[in-house]
Amino acid sequence: MLSCKEVGELLSQELDRKLSLRERLRLKFHLLICKTCSCYEQQLKFIARSVQRFMQSSDGAGMPPLSEEAGRRINSNIREQLNKEKQSAS
Amino acid sequence: MGTASDPSTWVAQHGDALYRYALMKMRDPSQAEDMVQETFLAALKARERFSGESSEKTWLIGILKHKIIDHFRKHKREQNSDDIEALREQLEQQFDHSGHWREPLSHWQAPEQAYENREFWQVFSACIAHLPERLADLFILREIKGLSSNEICKLLDISTTNNMWVMLSRARMRLRNCLDSHWFNRDLDKQNQEAG
Repeated sequence: MLSCKEVGELLSQELDRKLSLRERLRLKFHLLICKTCSCYEQQLKFIARSVQRFMQSSDGAGMPPLSEEAGRRINSNIREQLNKEKQSAS
Repeated sequence: MGTASDPSTWVAQHGDALYRYALMKMRDPSQAEDMVQETFLAALKARERFSGESSEKTWLIGILKHKIIDHFRKHKREQNSDDIEALREQLEQQFDHSGHWREPLSHWQAPEQAYENREFWQVFSACIAHLPERLADLFILREIKGLSSNEICKLLDISTTNNMWVMLSRARMRLRNCLDSHWFNRDLDKQNQEAG
């Protein structure tokens, strides 16, 4: 039988690759009788969902906005580039 | 054919979204600002090719993703295997010699409710930031769609995908412990402190 440590490893890998049938069966069997590992499974899944949500939300979930100073600097660089384009076009 | 909007309005329109995206992935404000600037300047050169098939924001974020990947490629972070080794030892303490949990994990009650709470996301990003640097990078690169495992291993100098899985497993367990003590059971922690 798999140890909890091995199960923890497989539960994580399940998020990264397709487990073999044998691995899945051994995992299932262990989870049926081990409450702590089932709890760990739920928590890993929650973490996976959270990471996705966190990385993909463009409102940044509490991240600060671009500072005004950086915004001005970037803007002036964009303008400079636009002016160069105009000059080379004329 | 769509056309891109006036570039002098880009910072006002898209600056915050791009910056937050970059900050999540770079974790360093000044590097994130640089990424945003490079993205806009690259977009400026390429704006004639903007087809309007996707929104302007999606197009810009696509450019930003490439810039971030390039950045990781150019500046491979210092290998800090000590951190990772220390973490391995620390995590192994949670199991006894036969590989069973030394202590049961505490159950998280309705964890998704935390999503509504801005403080939760601050704790969450702090927990990611406290991972050893390569593990955090690994975690983050995995979330950039379109990067294969092989590519990620190459970017981070990980020798085999098997090693990558082991590293991810440690990163997740560390993150789990961090969320447990700084969010889901923080009251317990406080009580213990007060009692002690």
